[in-house]
Amino acid sequence: MQEVLTQETLSTVELLAIPVLPLIGAMVVGLFGWFLKERLSHWITCTLVIASTVLSIHVFIQVMGGASFHGNFWTWIISGDLDIPIGMMIDRLTTVMMMTVTIVSACVHIYTIGYMHGDPGYSRFFSYISAFTFSMLVLVMGNSFFTLFFGWEAVGLFSYLLIGFWYQRETATVAAMKAFIVNRVGDFGFAVGILAVWYYFGTVEYSKVFAAVPALVESGVSLSFLSWDVSAITFICLALFVGAMGKSGQVPLHVWLPDSMEGPTPISALIHAATMVTAGVFMVARLSPMFEYSEVALAAVVLVGATTAWMCATIGLVQNDIKRVIAYSTCSQLGYMFVACGVSAYSAGIFHLMTHAYFKALLFLAAGSVIHAVMAEQDIRKMGQLRKYMPVTYVTMFLAALALSGIPPFAGFFSKDLIIEATAVREMGWVSDVAYYAVISGVFMTAFYTFRMFFLTFHNSDRVPAETKAHLHESPKVITIPLIILAVGAVLSGWIGVTYLEMGELGAYFDGSIFVLDQHNPLMKLQVLEHDHGQSHFWLENGPLILALSGIGVAFLMYFRETKYPAMIANTLPRLHTFLLNKWYWDELYEKAIIRPTRHLGTWFWQKGDLGMIDGKLIHTGIVDSIKEAAARLRAVQTGMVYHYAYAMVIGVFGFLTYLMLNA
Amino acid sequence: MELHNVLGFPILTLSIFLPLAGALVIWLFIKNEQVVRWSALLVSIVTFIVTVPLATHFDTSTSKMQFGEFHAWIETFNINYNLGVDGISMPFIILTSLLTIVCIVSAWQCIQKRVKEYMVAFLILETTLIGVFAALDSMLFYFFWEAMLIPMYLIIGIWGGKNRVYATIKFFLYTLAGSVLMLIALLAMYFKSGGTFSILAYMDFPFDFQWQYWIWIAFFIAFAVKVPMWPVHTWLPDAHTEAPTAGSVILAGILLKMGAYGFLRFSLPICPDASQYFVPFMVGLSLVAIIYISLVAMMQTDMKRLIAYSSIAHMGFVTLGTFMFTQPAVEGAIINMISHGFVAAALFLCVGVMYDRLHTREIADYGGVVNVMPVFAAVMMLFSIANVALPGTSSFVGEIMVLIGTFAADPSQLSVSAKWIAVAAALSVILSACYTLWMYKRVIMGDIKHDAVKTMKDMSVREFSYFVPLIVLVLWMGFYPLPVLDVMHESVAHLIEQATSSKLEAAAALAGMAHEVAVH
Repeated sequence: MQEVLTQETLSTVELLAIPVLPLIGAMVVGLFGWFLKERLSHWITCTLVIASTVLSIHVFIQVMGGASFHGNFWTWIISGDLDIPIGMMIDRLTTVMMMTVTIVSACVHIYTIGYMHGDPGYSRFFSYISAFTFSMLVLVMGNSFFTLFFGWEAVGLFSYLLIGFWYQRETATVAAMKAFIVNRVGDFGFAVGILAVWYYFGTVEYSKVFAAVPALVESGVSLSFLSWDVSAITFICLALFVGAMGKSGQVPLHVWLPDSMEGPTPISALIHAATMVTAGVFMVARLSPMFEYSEVALAAVVLVGATTAWMCATIGLVQNDIKRVIAYSTCSQLGYMFVACGVSAYSAGIFHLMTHAYFKALLFLAAGSVIHAVMAEQDIRKMGQLRKYMPVTYVTMFLAALALSGIPPFAGFFSKDLIIEATAVREMGWVSDVAYYAVISGVFMTAFYTFRMFFLTFHNSDRVPAETKAHLHESPKVITIPLIILAVGAVLSGWIGVTYLEMGELGAYFDGSIFVLDQHNPLMKLQVLEHDHGQSHFWLENGPLILALSGIGVAFLMYFRETKYPAMIANTLPRLHTFLLNKWYWDELYEKAIIRPTRHLGTWFWQKGDLGMIDGKLIHTGIVDSIKEAAARLRAVQTGMVYHYAYAMVIGVFGFLTYLMLNA
Repeated sequence: MELHNVLGFPILTLSIFLPLAGALVIWLFIKNEQVVRWSALLVSIVTFIVTVPLATHFDTSTSKMQFGEFHAWIETFNINYNLGVDGISMPFIILTSLLTIVCIVSAWQCIQKRVKEYMVAFLILETTLIGVFAALDSMLFYFFWEAMLIPMYLIIGIWGGKNRVYATIKFFLYTLAGSVLMLIALLAMYFKSGGTFSILAYMDFPFDFQWQYWIWIAFFIAFAVKVPMWPVHTWLPDAHTEAPTAGSVILAGILLKMGAYGFLRFSLPICPDASQYFVPFMVGLSLVAIIYISLVAMMQTDMKRLIAYSSIAHMGFVTLGTFMFTQPAVEGAIINMISHGFVAAALFLCVGVMYDRLHTREIADYGGVVNVMPVFAAVMMLFSIANVALPGTSSFVGEIMVLIGTFAADPSQLSVSAKWIAVAAALSVILSACYTLWMYKRVIMGDIKHDAVKTMKDMSVREFSYFVPLIVLVLWMGFYPLPVLDVMHESVAHLIEQATSSKLEAAAALAGMAHEVAVH
């Protein structure tokens, strides 16, 4: 069992400062942005986020040296035996996340200075991204399901606000709402999971819950609904995982993520690539002591991840919007991370999360640099030969593309390779087999769509409209410097992770913060294979690289120069092409199967239920009319003839007397 | 009759009659409209200040009634002027005195005809509302309960919209029908219990099951109309749409709480066995409110009607929590009531701000308001996410406590586990986001579609000022709900104990004794 760390060797003030500094920036700039103007707005927020980054790195180094922190700061709710404290739990998993979040956030803050320059919502934008950084840090640093949920909802809120940042655009506001509501579907699961956690464990603090998991599993408690029986731990894990699916854009809740590209590009990099969308992966890794005890939940994680990884890759093959290609790639790569978690290689998942954060943020920011240069055009069919105009963007994006495709020695190679190998050796019956084929074929597609996008943008023929051409230029330094910083991460983070942080086949870096049952551990198995020199594992070790290279090769043949192959293939398989171009018709499916029926139901309840039945039949024709009728009859009784009244009185007196006698 | 009053002066009487006295003075002596406004504001602020000691001097360690007062009133029928508050009723008195200030400020400019009568009506309404929450004698309670209808009737009927007459009559008939049954129940209890109208005495009196059953039903109809619960809810959207802004604020903020308060004060402790018996019934209606009404809310085209339906859906959480008999659920229900008082009030004020500018409540007439009213858009965003119950807002605290309490409850009367009820109620997580954000998107976001919207000016300082306390309270209760929870812990624990201990044995013993007496 994982040991519960309680010694407080880290400075509380320092830890609190890490999330609070960006929050202060957000509040100051949010409230006084009208007064601070552009310059002060970005100086305040950037300085505070960079300070937070420095502190995070400092904490990271301390934790690497063995320090940790676990403590509560204040009590939020007490009611009966319900007791919810708010606190932090800092260990190696947390610090990796903190560092990734703050570094990417700092880069994005600086980049934004150039990208959003002159936008009327300039300081509002800085306020939002700083507030987002605060929320994300709360999410990863918290010590209970409630801090996790608080951060979870807060990042969702800022994601919503930022997607709809350009509120005049109808598409942006629709995308923002869609993102929020689809996320709420996930949050429904998350909320149910929290209810169950509190019910079965009597606490919502990670350490106490984790300590109690084996006992719960042994007790064999289960829930039943109708004739469906499910063990408590499986119920909890599946419910929580629904939340993770929503936040991390996993099928079938992935539909919001590509649409979120309506937001400004810096937030696509920060929120919809590097940080928020990885919260689901972080959640599963953080809760490894729970997921490990539910085979069903692990299988579900693997299947959902593999499906997403494969399906979104196929969609990415044909998209023409530069940001959408990268967005589908993000969905797909998140799928890889979930597969890693599902096969119990959590550390590989977190490793990929980290490397992906750098190279994917870089891809987005580079794409933003391109979009900035070509006057807000996002269609790669209207680009080409841009390398001549923007060399820094070209080189950094090339590095990011190599990293994403998984070419050594770039970051993605190490982490993705590890995931695929772990999937290959983990035995989960058909589940892991399916997952293996999905992720390995995904490698080919990843390399292909990445370089298709890359070649169409920077090589191929020059298709830039003439009026744009006059404005083509490399972006200013505030944009290129963050690209260069992230490029360093995209090149080195994989190698550093393997060499210095034992994130590779040992996965030992996270010992103590991630829990894996010995019989599950695929990384341990890999190590055994590694030492077993007798057998040849050529395909296992080199398969992904071969596929990645061939993906790049095919993309090179088709897109490096203008060729007739793309049109030829699209014409030979028109149905498949339209199917992929229309993203497997998910949006249409939801429109027909869920949105429209729900609206009809709402209207029906309103018109037929409230207005028709209750107001109409029940109240109006039922009660009002019968009162009218009764009144009309009573009027008839008032005949004005004395003997009628006297007769009625006599009957009344008799009736009353009878009643008294019977009761006496 | 033991009375606890740490303050040594009749603070509750003062809180109740100060607004009434102020109303009389304004009515009789003040003519100038501007002076009327300022003096009404002054009265409401002084009343609020007077109610503050209720919170600061509240003893959180006891479930007993505090700040008690007792005077004989109509001795022939043993009707007494008996006041007192516990942790359940006290917060509502403060909520009332606070929201009255907001109401008066919000009516500053938009009410131009019969200003004096309007302000007087609101102050009288405040008297009756505080009276309801402070009364411990059921006849006194009934007196305030009925008196409350008159100012509300006038507020909708005189200062309301086009269809105000229909809405007023509907509102009046519905609530009156409920009240008549309550009166019958009170009289029945009076005779059965041997001639007392004391609510506390009723709580201790062992009614047998037959009595509890019928009393519970009579109370249910009275309270369900007020909450309102499906299917007696249709008066509310009409009343809200036709009421002036401040009318909607007080209606959503306080009047709706009366029903739920009634369940807590009467149904649960007086008829514990009947309450247990009716759990499945109440759970069913609560879930209908949460799911059915949310769907209806989604399809509304009128902003006020949408918020009215959303109120009904949120009240579903209150009734669900109330009938789960667990500490977190009941406390969550009360937090939800208070929180809804802030959030729904603020949303109605938001609609009021827009209505004052364009004189329409139709969603389709707006769009792109953020372009001309950015500060207003931010304020409305805050209350929209509070309506969605995002963590950090007061509504989240209430809803999550109800859900946790429900999930952990174990009502033996139910054929399905309470866990699945909690899961069904949690659907509100999705539905509330749908109707709230869809409205926000259509009204606030996007480009300006109608020229009229271009003429809208951002909020004035006066308009912003009445949002400030609501913003502070929503966030404060969202992040630091402990002080409010502390106030209610003892009272709620006591209430749950009352609601879960059967009166049937004592009733049987009493009946046995009566039988023996009869035999001798």
